[in-house]
Amino acid sequence: MQQSSAPGAAPVAGYFGPFGGRFVAETLVPALDELARARETIVATEAFQAEWRGLLANYVGRPTPLGEAKRLARAIDPTGRSLARLWLKREDLCHTGAHKINNALGQVLLAKKMGKTRVIAETGAGQHGVATATACALFGLPCEVYMGSEDVARQAPNVGRMRLLGAKVVPVDSGSKTLKDAMNDALRDWVTHVQSTYYCIGSAAGPHPYPELVAEFQTVIGVEARAQALLAQGALPDAVVACIGGGSNAIGIFRPFLSDAGVALFGVEAAGEGIATGRHAATLGQGRVGVLHGSKSYVLCDDGGQVLEAHSISAGLDYPGVGPEHSWLKDNGRASYLSATDDEALAAVALVARTEGILVALETAHAFARVGDVARLLAAKLGRPVSVVVGLSGRGDKDLATLLARLLPDSSPGGGAS
Amino acid sequence: MSRIDRIFARDAKVLVAYLCVGDPSVEESVELARTCLRAGADVLELGVPFSDPTADGPVIARASQRAIANGGGLAATLRAARAIRAEAPDAGIVLFGYYNPLFVRGEARAAAEAAEAGVDALLVVDLPLEDGAALRKAAFERGVGTVPLLAPTSRADRVAATRQIAAGGGVPFVYYVSVTGVTGTAALQAGEAGARASELKAQIGRPVVVGFGIDSRDKARAAARQADGVVVGTALVRAIQQGPTPAARRAAVENLIRELRAGADEARTC
Repeated sequence: MQQSSAPGAAPVAGYFGPFGGRFVAETLVPALDELARARETIVATEAFQAEWRGLLANYVGRPTPLGEAKRLARAIDPTGRSLARLWLKREDLCHTGAHKINNALGQVLLAKKMGKTRVIAETGAGQHGVATATACALFGLPCEVYMGSEDVARQAPNVGRMRLLGAKVVPVDSGSKTLKDAMNDALRDWVTHVQSTYYCIGSAAGPHPYPELVAEFQTVIGVEARAQALLAQGALPDAVVACIGGGSNAIGIFRPFLSDAGVALFGVEAAGEGIATGRHAATLGQGRVGVLHGSKSYVLCDDGGQVLEAHSISAGLDYPGVGPEHSWLKDNGRASYLSATDDEALAAVALVARTEGILVALETAHAFARVGDVARLLAAKLGRPVSVVVGLSGRGDKDLATLLARLLPDSSPGGGAS
Repeated sequence: MSRIDRIFARDAKVLVAYLCVGDPSVEESVELARTCLRAGADVLELGVPFSDPTADGPVIARASQRAIANGGGLAATLRAARAIRAEAPDAGIVLFGYYNPLFVRGEARAAAEAAEAGVDALLVVDLPLEDGAALRKAAFERGVGTVPLLAPTSRADRVAATRQIAAGGGVPFVYYVSVTGVTGTAALQAGEAGARASELKAQIGRPVVVGFGIDSRDKARAAARQADGVVVGTALVRAIQQGPTPAARRAAVENLIRELRAGADEARTC
């Protein structure tokens, strides 16, 4: 066919195996081209890298620690037969309380260098919104954050933080009123104001070059964790476990281990009220290949191609899509994807709090919920207790209302539990 | 010469009408399509409602949600196309929508079903040229065209790529998205958009229609002066939404299409 061999018809860069691509309105294509060029001409330069890494060191507080969780390890595996050592990569200690700031600073710095005068973002749990609002305050750029109205209600502290940081929070009332719909409205804003506006995507998802750009900014997590594990225990870990919504913290911690064949990689999705109920966000486990928000990846959708509403107690995982690189890691077998229910995540929050004195985010708690299973699986395979690194992607202060209602139902708003 | 080629070869500006199939019901969408054709529309864009229509403004986004709730989707839209084609052998029928429903159906299967339903061409708003080769091929092999889009942000490289693809055949016309924004944007400068459409036609060698923001006789006239045709979408969906009864909706559609037809016809003579 003449038309398929014509210039301009060749597949663009930005595929991970068969996943990825650039499925957007034509209006946005030149902006994505501009961003892809900026990745090469700006992000790749030593000057940009030095400025961004300087911010990570002196503003974010990197490197974050890799701490050993001894009491949690014994609580998960009292005999020590499967779990030898458990390490926590403490992204909760980043300024703003989650890994999201690594990417937001990188992208907002890029927006500034590209001469953009306005930044927009979507957010689920509010962590990416807070991170973007923070970066915009630091660089003096106006910031608008789209957030599903259900998430505005359940993550109220982060809404307040964004407003204090000078950002405008735009509640989104359409569809499921969560992250998916926030991203729809952010894309509508971008298509309308594309000349002036930089769209700061928070997950390793969306059209090319976002999945690559976000992964590059988050890879700092895995680079540090790998070196820290080698230093702390003289060997690489046997497994790395991280939670997955769109998958930015997971891809950030996985990437530096991809060529370490002895390190098993596990992503944990949200099983919501249980896979069998249909009310979940286990996109990789239960979805099919489709196209949502600009890339080809696994998607929760029906036979007619209509995207389904996801469900998770965790706003950050409540998304029916996933980044394209994770779809590829699933299909090529390099990573395995598990899931944890709302109840399991809640139990994990309580366990980590009481054994380690760390209040983790509900998103992060999904990863902790599967650490015991991962350790048993690998220990049986290897015939020895294993070491595991968990990506502790964020802290749980934002979830306080949900946590108190579900974990301490007898506590009154002003009082503590008895 | 394809059916749509023959429509553009007539000595008249082409009026394209978009319907969100399933809003208010699939059966009534078929009835309203008949009304559009009777009132002077030449080409129907039968919209496949999608759950996440990121290129659409609130009017069409809400219509899409209603349509899905009423059983709308790819299968229902193809059913509607078949029913309309049976009565209207000369009308242009474009299947208009987002990529995921076609991708999940399977590109070859969707193209074959579209051909069988009498669809002339596919227009997929979130499938730029580079990622659309497989669907174009599947459609072309079954005698179904594809309609590329260009926008105010499109520079020479995008226009050149569109020209190359159009030269291979299977491109009945080009859709010029006249506004940097979503559907239903009020800010359209119709005359400028028409002038740009005329430039694009000269560069690409295919007819160019102007869409997004055509909601009145004046805008239809101003845009059609230099463009080959105009598309009405949001204004039509809004007229349907505001009608309290089927008869009122038919009347509103008929009035709007007649107004726009008059505007397009005036563009030819002034």
